[in-house]
Amino acid sequence: MIIHTPTTEAQACAVVKSVVDSAVPLTLRGGGTRSALGRPAQAASTLSSAGLTGITLYEPAEMVIAARAGTPLALVQETLAERSQMLPFEPMDHRALYGSEGEPTIGAVAACNISGPRRINAGAARDSLIGVRLVNGRGEMIKSGGRVMKNVTGLDLVKLLSGSHGTLGFLTEVTFRVLPRPERIATLQWRGLSDEVGVALLAKALGSPFEPMAAAHLPARIAGEEALTLLRLENFSDSIDYRAAELALLLGDYGTPDLLEGTAPAELWVDIRDATFFAGSDEAVWRLSLAPTSGPEAAAAITQMIPAARCFYDWGGGLVWLAVPAYGDAAAAVIRTALKPLGGHATLVRAPDAIRAGVDVFQPLAEPLMRVTAGIKQSFDPAGIFEPGRIYAGI
Amino acid sequence: MSAIAFPVPDAGILARRESIIAGLARLVPPQALITSDDERRPYETDALTAYRRMPLAVVLPSTTQEVAAVLRYCRDEGVPVVPRGSGTSLAGGAIPQEDAVVIGVSKMNRILEIDYANRVARVEAGVTNLAVTGAVSAEGFFYAPDPSSQLACSIGGNIGMNSGGAHCLKYGVTTNNVLGVTMVMLDGSIVEIGGAHLDSPGYDLLGLINGSEGQLGIVTEATVRILRAAEGARPVLFGFPTSEQAGSAVAAIIGAGIIPVAMEFMDKPAIEICEAFAKAGYPMDVEALLIIEVEGSDDEMDAQLALIVAIAREHGVSTVKESKSAMEAAAIWKGRKSAFGATGRIADYICMDGTIPTGQLPYVLRRMDEIVKGYGLRVANVFHAGDGNLHPLILYNCNDPVEAQKAEDAGMDILKLCVEVGGCLTGEHGVGIEKRDLMTFQFNPEDLAQQMRVRAVFDERWLLNPAKVFPLEGRVAA
Repeated sequence: MIIHTPTTEAQACAVVKSVVDSAVPLTLRGGGTRSALGRPAQAASTLSSAGLTGITLYEPAEMVIAARAGTPLALVQETLAERSQMLPFEPMDHRALYGSEGEPTIGAVAACNISGPRRINAGAARDSLIGVRLVNGRGEMIKSGGRVMKNVTGLDLVKLLSGSHGTLGFLTEVTFRVLPRPERIATLQWRGLSDEVGVALLAKALGSPFEPMAAAHLPARIAGEEALTLLRLENFSDSIDYRAAELALLLGDYGTPDLLEGTAPAELWVDIRDATFFAGSDEAVWRLSLAPTSGPEAAAAITQMIPAARCFYDWGGGLVWLAVPAYGDAAAAVIRTALKPLGGHATLVRAPDAIRAGVDVFQPLAEPLMRVTAGIKQSFDPAGIFEPGRIYAGI
Repeated sequence: MSAIAFPVPDAGILARRESIIAGLARLVPPQALITSDDERRPYETDALTAYRRMPLAVVLPSTTQEVAAVLRYCRDEGVPVVPRGSGTSLAGGAIPQEDAVVIGVSKMNRILEIDYANRVARVEAGVTNLAVTGAVSAEGFFYAPDPSSQLACSIGGNIGMNSGGAHCLKYGVTTNNVLGVTMVMLDGSIVEIGGAHLDSPGYDLLGLINGSEGQLGIVTEATVRILRAAEGARPVLFGFPTSEQAGSAVAAIIGAGIIPVAMEFMDKPAIEICEAFAKAGYPMDVEALLIIEVEGSDDEMDAQLALIVAIAREHGVSTVKESKSAMEAAAIWKGRKSAFGATGRIADYICMDGTIPTGQLPYVLRRMDEIVKGYGLRVANVFHAGDGNLHPLILYNCNDPVEAQKAEDAGMDILKLCVEVGGCLTGEHGVGIEKRDLMTFQFNPEDLAQQMRVRAVFDERWLLNPAKVFPLEGRVAA
C-alpha cells in the first residue's frame, strides 16, 4: 500500500496527475476514523490529507473559519471555543461506533457531511460549508464558494463535494460559517413515554416558538430503566429559565420534566450524537432519515419483523438509529420495505465488509438520478480514481 | 444599454416557428400557449428591464406532466428553453432569446400540503414566496427566506436563484430551507429529490439545483421547511454619524455573540429615498442607518436590545428608535423592502448584489463612492450588513445611452472590487446575463470548466437557459 502525503496543493495535484494515466484507484484519507463509512474501499493506494494542516483564516467578527483539510477537528473546535464560537452542526465522532482510532479531520467532516443533533435546527455540515478547494480527478485545483455566507455565483459545487465521500475530489481546504456558543445550555427530560408519545412531544416542542436546538427520544431498551424524552435549549441564561418554563407548561400533558444542566446531560447528548449505545456490540447499525412523525411507525414495522432490533430517535424522530443482527443483508430488505410507504432513506452505517459489499449501503437512486450521479462523477473524475464504489457500485 | 451580448438566434428555429408552435399546441391546452406579439411582450424581459428579447413562444403549463411533455419536445426539436417563475430577476435570469420557448410556472400555484407536525409544506413552483407564509401564518408559522420581491417572486424562481432576504442571517437562504423538489429533466423524465426528510443519499443534487438558474431542469414542486415564528419581533432603528461607525457596530454585535434576525444598512441617499416613499420615521440627520431586528418574548427582546444598544453607543450611535407598535414595525420594514421601487420613482437605477467580508465594509463603502463619483453618477446603498451582501443602487437616466453605459461600467467595477476583497459577484440575485461576463474575475478557467461539465451532465447541448451564468465564449460540453 502506497500512502501519498502531499504537503502542498501543488504536490496533491501532482500525485493525482501521476496516477491518472495508470488509473490506479486512490482511497482518500483524513484521520482514518471514519473509513468504515460507505461501501468497502477498493483502492490500492492512499492519498492522505495528513500533510495539509493548519487554520488558514479565522475572523470571529465575520463568523468564518477556514482550515486545510487535514487539520484535526479538535483543533478547529478548540480555536473556535477560545473565542466563544463553535461549528453550528455538532459533528458526530465515529470513533466510538467503529472502535477506530486517530484524529477526525475537518476535511472529512466536510467530505462526509457529518452532523449531529443540532442538524434539525442549525442545518447540516453542508449548510455551514461555504467554500472548498479541491483537486479533481484531472489533477486540477478547483475552488467553489468562498469565505462569505451569501454567495450564488455559479453552480454550487460546494454542496456536491459535501457528502461525496471523497468520490469527486481531494479536498485541500474548507471554509465554514460558525456561530457564537450559547451562554447556557439546559435539557428538559421527561420519563417513561412510549415512542409515539415521545415523538409527538418533540413535534409539539419543535413547532413552538421556544426553539429547542436538539430533540431526542431514547426508548427504555436504550436508556436503561425508563424511556427518556429530551429537549435541549441553548440561549442566554434568562431565556433558558423562561423558555424551559414555557415548554413545561405547553407540554404539561406529558408530565413534569426535569431540568438538567452540567456534564451528565452533556454526556448523554454526546452518546446520542455518536450512537454510543451501539458501541462495542457486533450488531449492524443503520441510520434512517425520514419525516419525524414517521419515525416510530418505521421502527415499529421493522421491530415486528426483527424483534432483536434496538433503536433510538434524534432530530425530533426524523433520525432513527437502528441496530440489528449483523447477518444476511443486515435487514436491508425489511428496513427499505418499511420505509417505502413512509418516504425517507436508510444508510447502513456499520456492518462487516462482506455485508457492506453485498447490500446498498446508501439508498439506491431512481434511474434518472443514478445516471446524473454517474455523469457528475465522470465530470470530476473521468478516470474513476477516487474511492471507486464508495457510495454506489460503479461510481 | 447594449453591452451584454445575446447569442445569435438560430435561423433554422426561427424559420420553423409555425411548426414548433403547432407541435406545442398538441401538448398543452390552447390557453396555456401564448404566441401573439401582444401577449408575448410581458415575457420579453424580467426586472433587468434594460434588456429584452421577444421569445419564440410562451407556454404556461398547469401540471408537471405538461412541463415534461414540452421539455421533451423542445429537446427533440433542439429548441432552447428559458424557465420563468414570476419574472422578477434583477440579473436577467428569465430574459428569453428570440429562438427560445419560455416555460413559465405561474399557473402552477397551488399549495399542495401543509404538515405542521413535520414542519414542512409542499407547494407548486409558481406559488409566490409570501403565499407560503400566508398559508401557514394563522398557525403561527412562516417560510423564512424573504427576498424584497416576496409579494411577487415564485418559489421556483427562488430555488433557481437561491434567493435570500433580510432575515437569512439567522434563518439561512433558500438552499437551507428547501428539503425536496420535483424536477423535470430536459429529456422529460420526472425526478423526486429529497422530501420531508433531511440529507438525501448520494450527491447533494438538491444543493446543486438551488441557485442553478434554470440550467439543470425545471422544478415544478418543492417541499419547504416552515418554521414557528418567534413570540414577537421588533425592528429598531440605529442612526450613525458615519458609515464606518455603523459598520464597526455590526462587527462588534456579532463579535459579542449576538445574532439578530436581521441587520440592514442604509446610507443617507437610501434613507432619504425610502423615507420619502414609506414615511417610516427614519432619522434624517444621520449618514448611516441600521435596522436591527430582535425576536423573542418582550423580556427577551428587551434584554437583547439592551446589549445591542450598549454596543451601538460604544460605536457612536446618535439615534436609537424602537418601533412602538406592529404598525411602526411594519412601516420600518416597508421602507427597507421598497428601497428598489422607491429608488425607481426618482431615477433609473441598476442594483448590484456583491458580497464582501464584513470586515472590509468601511473600505468598500469608501471605494464604491469613489468609483461611482468617478463616473459622475450617484449611488444609494442598502444592504444586508450582517452577512456583507451589498446592494448599491447606481442612479442614472436610461434615456441617456452614455450615462447608461457609465452606470453599467461602475456596477462592474464595484463587483470586481467585491471579488478583490475576498467576496463574490452575487450574494442572492444570481448571475443571469448581468454578471455572466464577470465570471472570469471570480473563477479561473479550470473552476469554470468544472462547473460547465457538471452543467452538461443535465444539458449536453446547452438548451436550458443557455445564455446565462457562463460566458458565451469557451463553453464546455461533457
